[in-house]
Amino acid sequence: MTIAPAKAGWRFRQPSVIPGFGLTLGFSLAYLTLIILIPLSGLIWRSAALGWTDFWAIATDRRTLNALEISFGAAFIAAAVNVVFGTLVAWVLVRYRFPGRRIVDAMVDLPFALPTAVAGIALTTLYAPNGWIGHLLAPLGIKVAYTPLGIVVALVFIGLPFVVRTVQPIMEEIDKEVEEAAATLGANRFQIITRILFPGLAPAIVTGFSLAFARGVGEYGSVIFIAGNLPYKSEIAPLLIVIRLEEYNYPAATAIAAIMLLLSFLMLLVINLAQSWSRKRYG
Amino acid sequence: MADPEIKSYEPHHESQSAAVTESLPVRLLLMAVAFAFLVIFVLLPLIIVFHEALAKGLGAYTESLSNPDTRSAIRLTLLVAAIAVPLNVVFGISAAWAIAKFEFKGKAFLTTLIDLPFSVSPVISGLVYVLLFGAQGLLGEWLKAHGIQILFAVPGIVLATVFVTFPFVARELIPLMQEQGNGDEEAALSLGANGWQTFWYVTLPNVKWGLLYGVLLCNARSMGEFGAVSVVSGHIRGLTNTMPLHVEILYNEYNAVGAFAVASLLAGLALVTLVLKTLLEMRYGAEIAATRGH
Repeated sequence: MTIAPAKAGWRFRQPSVIPGFGLTLGFSLAYLTLIILIPLSGLIWRSAALGWTDFWAIATDRRTLNALEISFGAAFIAAAVNVVFGTLVAWVLVRYRFPGRRIVDAMVDLPFALPTAVAGIALTTLYAPNGWIGHLLAPLGIKVAYTPLGIVVALVFIGLPFVVRTVQPIMEEIDKEVEEAAATLGANRFQIITRILFPGLAPAIVTGFSLAFARGVGEYGSVIFIAGNLPYKSEIAPLLIVIRLEEYNYPAATAIAAIMLLLSFLMLLVINLAQSWSRKRYG
Repeated sequence: MADPEIKSYEPHHESQSAAVTESLPVRLLLMAVAFAFLVIFVLLPLIIVFHEALAKGLGAYTESLSNPDTRSAIRLTLLVAAIAVPLNVVFGISAAWAIAKFEFKGKAFLTTLIDLPFSVSPVISGLVYVLLFGAQGLLGEWLKAHGIQILFAVPGIVLATVFVTFPFVARELIPLMQEQGNGDEEAALSLGANGWQTFWYVTLPNVKWGLLYGVLLCNARSMGEFGAVSVVSGHIRGLTNTMPLHVEILYNEYNAVGAFAVASLLAGLALVTLVLKTLLEMRYGAEIAATRGH
């Protein structure tokens, strides 16, 4: 038979001699459904049961709006900072040879490994007005701990490895010959970086940004210690969910969580579109 | 190709040409900025944990660690990890087997679903269980009638931990097993091995380092998780406080030495994790999937 049996019937899976498909897929689906899907759909079901007017009232409440604005705003700024410094760190690690490079490389993963509560109290102690860094900034009139700036600092810490670890492997793959060819053709270093290297890295940078941003929006543990948590000023959305829960205000907690999920989902969608655009544009 | 000038353009050679790398002052400047950034944002937070923990001497440090509430927090954290990690290992292996060894409809969608917990805020991961098992929750009445306590007890903490660490093992094994293909398994089967033998003697040895890598990351996260656990725990001292939650309580009581002493144990765990992870990457880089980090 040379012609593919196009109408041979819809097949759920390709035939294979390897056993265990039913068992492993069945177990995986059951576990996924019990642990992730049922609880998450419970959240969606509960917020749908609120009704549109109640939902809208919670969503447009001044405190909710401010908390969302702070979470998304701080996460955006922190991700932007990480794009600049994370790309620089990746560049130094990939292109330059220096003693202790392995250790510096491993250090980048510390924010992944360090529990968020530990990061939170450590950063707060550093940036408090009498802390190692805080007392240097205090004479300049810069307050970090217990202000929105503190939230950004915590989210920069949390997001750094996402950018470095996304950009680094792509940077390693760049063929130096392309740069050499450009140099031979008379391009200077600046032109090579902006016209040749950056376009190749752009999709990875966008991905790193989106991962750092998504993580920052939902971050709780490292932020609540340093933020000061003033309503309307430095209160992040996840904290507001916790506060509403402690007040037994389940509808409000549910609604804010649903809005966060929805916004994160929309954001990922936009970023995916931006990514496929940049791939087409530069790819 | 004997010409030394041409040789210096070979990719493996460290070329000093101004067009292919930056000039020395620029290189030094870039390195200085990158190091300064890493020192301020990564190294100092780590150092201050140990500095504060030992601020009042070794005696105060060991004393705060021998506190009964601290002891029970350590025990609870170990217990939770001992339940959550094996559960996610079994799931990870099973999901990777189904996804990597077979072609079926909806595979990409399933892979996306497995990553879902990473894009959910930890607080929301805890909240979903409160909505399910809480007093006002969907199953709240039924659980109360049968005297089953899930929320503000160990089962709730385990569930929230399983939720947030759900993808770690699976996402490590799936690309690795996909890369390795089915050839070894097909050979074993054709030589008469049964399914379990094939898995135990062929697949598992092939993926053992990748599996260990996933377990390492899964364990670090499950011992360190704060947000999700905080929502479901109820913060009962000596009963439902894990180590990260105990850090928060001590810190809010202005017991800096106590808080940082417990934090130093968690930071130590992070350091051990990083060292083992780096060793695994160095030694078995090729046998660990290309997906590093996260």
